[in-house]
Amino acid sequence: MNIPRFDSVQVGDELPSLQLAPVDRTTLALFAGASGDHNPIHIDTDVARRAGMPDVFAQGMLGMAWVGRLITHWVPQSRLRRFDVRFQGITHLGNAMRCSGRIVEKLEHQGESCVRIELQSTNQFGQTKIEGLALVALPEHH
Amino acid sequence: MIDKKWIGHELPASVLPIERSRLQYFAKAIGETDPIYTDAAAARGAGYPDLPAPPTFLFAAELDSGAAFRLIEDLQIPIAKLLHGEQSFTYVRPACVGDTVTVNSRVSDIYDKKNGALEFVVKTSRAINQRQELVAELRTVLVCRH
Repeated sequence: MNIPRFDSVQVGDELPSLQLAPVDRTTLALFAGASGDHNPIHIDTDVARRAGMPDVFAQGMLGMAWVGRLITHWVPQSRLRRFDVRFQGITHLGNAMRCSGRIVEKLEHQGESCVRIELQSTNQFGQTKIEGLALVALPEHH
Repeated sequence: MIDKKWIGHELPASVLPIERSRLQYFAKAIGETDPIYTDAAAARGAGYPDLPAPPTFLFAAELDSGAAFRLIEDLQIPIAKLLHGEQSFTYVRPACVGDTVTVNSRVSDIYDKKNGALEFVVKTSRAINQRQELVAELRTVLVCRH
């Protein structure tokens, strides 16, 4: 992996975005098992409807995992110091999320050269479902 | 209303062994195709002793153990009203296949907004490995929407 250097990145730079396929039931079932989140509201339409939802919907942590993929495709995970998100809305079946990130600050943090990245996950209708921040330590020089 | 007596409540420890097949399944479920998350040789080539747990994986500890659902029951939050509001991770060192991670959490705050229409529960957690080294700190905000 070609790791971005602290000196070569600028505030405003964008990470390569990550386009996901539309959310389907199979993805939700697989993630329920893999994540340990067996809440039936995400995998059983009857339960979701009884809860007043039109249908099953994505686990919040699935959306956060996708944003995590955006970060670890840009830098190795060992450089990730913080990862914070706020869940802004429900990700419904058929939503095709696009994860994006933009450098908003260059800073020293605990003796390391770091960048703060503003994160978003937005569906094909322009609705943002996740907003967040990551703190990533970058190497200084070539 | 969620009883504020739960502020300070400590959840039972959740022990999560980091297992190869589970990480491979998790990678498949999130569509992760980078081989360091599924192939031990690729992980070692990247400097890890074995497959690393992806950034959000440790959230599984209290789901597997049941501690997360037990808390929701204790607080009497109906599952239909429950939302995950915020999630944070602060990373100290990786957790890899072969490690055993223990997560200890406490309820650090309970508050409401909009005259009780929205109630918030803040849970803070420390994840340590089998050598008692800090792996990560987690912060979860649960929302009960009335």
